[in-house]
Amino acid sequence: MSGHHHGEDGVSRRKVLECMTWAGTGVLWTITGGVPRSLGIIDSAEAATAAAAGMTFLQISDSHVGFDKPANPNALGTLEEAINKINAMPVKPSFMIHTGDITHLSKAAEFDNADRIISQSKLDVHYVPGEHDFLDEEVKFYRERYGRGTKGAGWYSFDAGGVHFVGLVNVVDLKGGGLGNLGAEQLAWLEDDLRGKSKSTPVVLFAHIPLWTVYPEWGWGTEDGGRALEYVKGFGSVTVLNGHIHQVMQKVEGNVTFHTARSTAFPQPAPGTAASPGPMKVEDAKLRTMLGVASINFKQNEQRLAIIDTPLQG
Amino acid sequence: MKTLNRRDFGVDFGLTLAAAILLPITTARADDTNMEVHIDNFVFQPPELTIKVGTTVTWTNRDDIPHTVVSAGKFRSKTLDTDDKFSFTFTNAGDYKYFCSLHPHMTGMIKVE
Repeated sequence: MSGHHHGEDGVSRRKVLECMTWAGTGVLWTITGGVPRSLGIIDSAEAATAAAAGMTFLQISDSHVGFDKPANPNALGTLEEAINKINAMPVKPSFMIHTGDITHLSKAAEFDNADRIISQSKLDVHYVPGEHDFLDEEVKFYRERYGRGTKGAGWYSFDAGGVHFVGLVNVVDLKGGGLGNLGAEQLAWLEDDLRGKSKSTPVVLFAHIPLWTVYPEWGWGTEDGGRALEYVKGFGSVTVLNGHIHQVMQKVEGNVTFHTARSTAFPQPAPGTAASPGPMKVEDAKLRTMLGVASINFKQNEQRLAIIDTPLQG
Repeated sequence: MKTLNRRDFGVDFGLTLAAAILLPITTARADDTNMEVHIDNFVFQPPELTIKVGTTVTWTNRDDIPHTVVSAGKFRSKTLDTDDKFSFTFTNAGDYKYFCSLHPHMTGMIKVE
């Protein structure tokens, strides 16, 4: 199912493109295996919705299931609100990624509760761990649940809709005075994983702690993140997604777009605006405007992914 | 008489002063075998502590976020949730650098003399 779909209909690719120009939003495309594919002409209202969707996937982050302090005494409840919002979306996303801190203290019950709520989305979920998911003595709960088919502490890659996704782990082997850490073994794997990939393949890297230096004074960065970014330098479209800092932050550098998602549990202050990066207490009425999810939209003919952040409220 | 009185008063005052100064010093010495470090706002407080061999240091996490206290190869706390404590008795002299393995930018030092 790709370009030859039109061949079967006896319509050349050029002709289809002309049709598209003429029909405006009437022709809906999606990306399959990296190749744009027409879904045919449908009514414009439906097309507008579906075309706006493109190949859509969702990011949720920092659920902190188990957190019960004043900043949000019910982190499980706000996670459920986020999942309900996802279930109400007009276009079902292809899948979801979770950028870590699923739990607060890595307890079995916290993982159970998170699973019970997140599975209500009925979406495939690709996880990477946050430091709060590796707190059990033997560091096994995360790996037993989400580590199947992953390397090392849980890194892996997969392809979807022509996009190459790489889940990275930067929350283990942290050194005193340092930042997040990928480590030599993971970096070697990443270099190897990307080798031979066409430079036109859009790449999405996702990890818990920002791969870029957001605010080292609060540990918001990854010591060897620059090495990972070197390996993706030649690619036309690179999107780097993370959680950890519980607020929306974006940066574009060359072909690389960096984006940080909100938490579903509690907000954290903007860099340097408080004594510490600890949970930010806000009025109850304001809390849900500072929590939420991100949907990421891959459109044909656009190098950058469109990222839409949706707060739980407001 | 007046001179004597003044001298007596002077002596008494001096003794009282000496006692007042001695008392807190004695109290501080008694506490030397137990020292406290608090974690507030992602900072070890005090960040550096000088103690005698045999002293027990107790860390208390007063943040809403869990922390750990780790000195590579020397000691390692479990994850400390809010208000959890970890104690370690230093039996050898030396400099003990430590950090939080979850937030490695948090560092501290115990100097044992």
